[in-house]
Amino acid sequence: MAEIAPDQGRARGASLRARLRPTFIAPDRLRAGLRSVGWTIASLGLFALIWEFCWLMGWSDPKLLPPPHIFLGDIPNQIQFFNTATRWAVGVSQAEAPSGLQSLVTTVLSTMARVIAGLVIASVLAVSVGVLARYFRLFDRLTMPTIMLLSSVSPIAWLPVAVFLFGIGNGPAVFMVVIALFFHMVLATVTHIDNVPVNLIHVARTMGATKRQVYLRVIIPAILPAMLMVLRLNLFGAWMVVLVAETTGVGHGLGQIIMLARNTFNPSLVFFTIALIGALGFLTDYALRILQRRLLYWLPEKGTRHAL
Amino acid sequence: MPSDYRFSSRDAVVCRGVGKTWAPDTPRAHLALTGIDLDIRPGEFVVLLGPSGCGKSTLLYLIAGLEDATEGVINFFGDPVEGPSSDRSLIFQESSLYPWLTVWENVAFGLSIRGASREERRAAALEALREVGLVSAMDKRPDELSGGMRQRVAVARALAMRPKVLLMDEPFAALDVQTRQKMQDFLQDVWRESGASVLFVTHHIDEAVALSDRVVVFTSRPGRIKTIVENPLPRPRDPFSPEAEALRRQLTALLRDEVDRAFAEQEGMGD
Ligand SMILES: Nc1ncnc2c1ncn2[C@@H]1O[C@H](COP(=O)(O)OP(=O)(O)OP(=O)(O)O)[C@@H](O)[C@H]1O
Ligand SMILES: [Mg+2]
Repeated sequence: MAEIAPDQGRARGASLRARLRPTFIAPDRLRAGLRSVGWTIASLGLFALIWEFCWLMGWSDPKLLPPPHIFLGDIPNQIQFFNTATRWAVGVSQAEAPSGLQSLVTTVLSTMARVIAGLVIASVLAVSVGVLARYFRLFDRLTMPTIMLLSSVSPIAWLPVAVFLFGIGNGPAVFMVVIALFFHMVLATVTHIDNVPVNLIHVARTMGATKRQVYLRVIIPAILPAMLMVLRLNLFGAWMVVLVAETTGVGHGLGQIIMLARNTFNPSLVFFTIALIGALGFLTDYALRILQRRLLYWLPEKGTRHAL
Repeated sequence: MPSDYRFSSRDAVVCRGVGKTWAPDTPRAHLALTGIDLDIRPGEFVVLLGPSGCGKSTLLYLIAGLEDATEGVINFFGDPVEGPSSDRSLIFQESSLYPWLTVWENVAFGLSIRGASREERRAAALEALREVGLVSAMDKRPDELSGGMRQRVAVARALAMRPKVLLMDEPFAALDVQTRQKMQDFLQDVWRESGASVLFVTHHIDEAVALSDRVVVFTSRPGRIKTIVENPLPRPRDPFSPEAEALRRQLTALLRDEVDRAFAEQEGMGD
């Protein structure tokens, strides 16, 4: 991010570093944080309660829709399925294989790594293409129509392409995440560039800024808040598509677990994995939110919610 | 209006037959401004007054070099205007400060474009902020300032470039009456100190009377110069003097005709 203001160099770097350093949480901030955790628990609790109630009344069949206390209680039993060694590695005996918990961690980390890699690659590519399209007229004319056309194609349609290009493994899964996000992120970048208040650009130009300087010093910082929001929204998209991509055979991966659960008709495993994915999605979004707050130090904490 | 094409270098800005058609060669093409002959002397305070949509902002853009004139020529101290320059600073109605920079970094923005060192930039920003009385706010962010303070920072940012002409597009229009009064006094001090010419767009006749050396009254669209009124009032000015009252009445009458015409035209367009 120091890129934004190259020749404001050192001082900016120092102040940014100071901002990225963890700070003591102010008491009112802590209270607000606790309150939001409380509401999260209440919201999940309410949902679980309704489900449990339906089970208690015999309205939902525990074999198809096992309520939380069943599928969560079944974790010790289910966790063994995360050990892909039992399925894939022929000749490895169960005894030498990693424990259920180790396998769970490996699976989660593999999927998360694919999501993050895809997200990073897609953002860098999309922002670069979007900026270049606005910077060079010819580039815009040559790329935008194709991007526009392809952005309406469902990522699922790319699945065979992913396999043709990358075989099986991490390659196709990351490719799928990138493909699912790239086109929309390019269009979002271009739209946000077009919406930069024109006066901000005029001011820089009257001060003698070149086109390059206008982009680096005005347009990129000006679109940064919106782009981080785009990134957060696309994070969920990345989580969705990664599961599909992982069904192509990737060794470890939550998509594999879901497929296994479906094929073996194991609802407990399905719901346990869903709960796990939900939690992971929430946690990664939270991490992005913190990043957002730290990078966008200049934005006041206000908005519609605050005004109402 | 004399329309001779000899440029005198003692004038800061010389417009000869200047006009602007927006979106030329398209179906949406329209003439916003035409046949503008206007000379602005160094250190002169010129106010532009005219109905909404008559092309006042357009003229400022042309003089700033942000847009090209489609008719006529604009000269700046003897040289044709061919693009933006830091000698001609533009100040807008709403704050155009960069929210991600602090006040002093905003003020020093133009210098950082030129690649000045941090010490240089800080010193220049401090000096400009002293001129507008906002040194204490130098480390704040624009969002933490009131509207009046933000406009003062915008003025400081323009002054830091030591411009020869300040182009101001309704800079105080978004401020409340009391703040605007204060800002007018402040602007007169800044103007006198800097020695720059000011071209100032406003809809407020009081503001025109208080600030101007000359008032340029525009016709409704397409904008032409209707008349130029000299403001003979001695400074410091008493807004309640009979002379001020007379000038106010004269400008009101001139403007009313044009505003009526502009409205009639807009109603005609609605059919
Ligand atoms: N960038 C632009 N592209 C196309 N048309 C424009 C552009 N800017 C202004 N115009 C048109 O030019 C005409 C003059 O506009 P301008 O903004 O100069 O008027 P103005 O006198 O400043 O009005 P106001 O007092 O409301 O600010 C208007 O009809 C407007 O629609
Ligand atoms: Mg205007």
